[in-house]
Amino acid sequence: MKPLEETTWQEIELGGLLREPGSARAYRTGDWRSQHPVWTKSRCIRCGVCWTVCPEPAIVEEPGGYFDMDPDYCKGCGTCARECVTGCISMMPEEE
Amino acid sequence: MAKAKAETKAEGKVDAKIEAKAKVEAKPEPKAEAKGEAKVETIAKVDPVAKAYAPAHRVGMEVSIAVSHAVQLSRAEAIAAYPITPQTHIVEHLSSMVANGDLDAEFINVESEHSAMSACIGMSASGARTYTATSSQGLALMHEILFIASAMRFPIVMTVANRALSGPLSIWNDHGDIMAARDIGWIQIFVENGQEAFDHSVMAFKIAENPKVLLPTIINMDGFILSHVVEALEMVGQKTVDNFLPAYVPRHQLDTKNPVTMGAFAMPEIYTEVKMKHQVTLTNAYEHIMAVWDEWAGLTGRRYQPVERYRTEDAKVLLLTMGCLSEVAKIAVDEMREAGVPVGLLKLRMWRPFPFQDLREAVGDAELLVVCDRALSLGGPGGPVMSEVRSALYAAAQRPQILGYIIGLGGRDVAPEAFREIVDQAQKEVAQGPSQEFHLYGVRG
Repeated sequence: MKPLEETTWQEIELGGLLREPGSARAYRTGDWRSQHPVWTKSRCIRCGVCWTVCPEPAIVEEPGGYFDMDPDYCKGCGTCARECVTGCISMMPEEE
Repeated sequence: MAKAKAETKAEGKVDAKIEAKAKVEAKPEPKAEAKGEAKVETIAKVDPVAKAYAPAHRVGMEVSIAVSHAVQLSRAEAIAAYPITPQTHIVEHLSSMVANGDLDAEFINVESEHSAMSACIGMSASGARTYTATSSQGLALMHEILFIASAMRFPIVMTVANRALSGPLSIWNDHGDIMAARDIGWIQIFVENGQEAFDHSVMAFKIAENPKVLLPTIINMDGFILSHVVEALEMVGQKTVDNFLPAYVPRHQLDTKNPVTMGAFAMPEIYTEVKMKHQVTLTNAYEHIMAVWDEWAGLTGRRYQPVERYRTEDAKVLLLTMGCLSEVAKIAVDEMREAGVPVGLLKLRMWRPFPFQDLREAVGDAELLVVCDRALSLGGPGGPVMSEVRSALYAAAQRPQILGYIIGLGGRDVAPEAFREIVDQAQKEVAQGPSQEFHLYGVRG
């Protein structure tokens, strides 16, 4: 699919319909983020609560059972840090 | 199915009868008498090219019922409507046609107009020829869905029996309802009488369903004054309509074998482009509307124009009206002409797309243009039609003085004298220099 910012009005499909599924994936909501979660592995018990509560879902399980954010889609809402059982997630400001 | 076939056969017989009758009655086109010729310019002009018109029969009928017959003849396949005065008779009749098996369509009784338009979108998305009708509060309740129907390019046809909006509660006629829905992105046409209501209801399907248009279309007819009045009109037969209006072939529809996303979210990066596409499509619909009107003129002899002129030759003063008030204004124009006032009438039939070029040409060298609105833009420039007309003529090198008079709100009667008085007042006002943005004609106090 052509990037939105390069699409001209003449190329708009009839009634704005989309012929391919999953178009929302092309929109990287990670751009909205002003802070991001950081896991302290030494305190992580790999329970997966962060993965469960992420509304996006933008937390991925890594080899070894630990978790990290998906930078393309994490909006930095902080739900994971608030819900973490051991308090091992802290929200760090994005670098300018 | 068997029943439908039998009906088609029966209709064919009726058509054959009408055709036979037409053959007997076919006469060379009557020439307008020299006396009347000057009066009739483009309104209901008899087409000079067509030799023989499609067979038709003359009936006396309530205009709402005539509209329901037009929808039946157009073979609407899906109807969702909620009854509201003064649109009720149209959908009541369609409902009984469907119940009696006289129209092979799905009729959905809905709990509101919001649902009516939503159901229409769904049915149109499934590929069905879709119709509805509403009025006033009903149109207002549909409001958010109206934009969606046009943005998704579903060729729904809707009759609006124009009525005042609350409050105060009024069931009577004015154009406040449709003017509040001016920017919904639909094609919008105004009709003057029962014949026009019938003709435009059939033509609307052909215009809307044109693959290069695919836009929903509203036919505006004045509530009560048209909807509840018995008029004489000519109806064409089923065969004629079938030849004129082929089955709807959707270009986009819900199909499990070829799934698509309809009504998707648009990011700021693309919303403007989607709107531009809609804007260009609606503007370009003009030529396709004209093509359909031309074809109809060939079939029936009734030729319609975006801006119609009545006795505008050498007119220094022009009145501009929409809908059925034009008939009243014509009486006033005749009377004023007899008294030596060089006055003519413009009737705006096509409201969206707005016929800029036709309007500029029709205004010609007139010195004064009095736009009579049937709606009030509260706290604004007065009448919505006046402000658009003024805007359309702003760039013209030579343009008339443009004054706005608002008349006939909430069903207040407008007699021919009103137009005479308005012309008098407007001429005096121009002589003194305009004093007000607009006038609410006849208001007490």
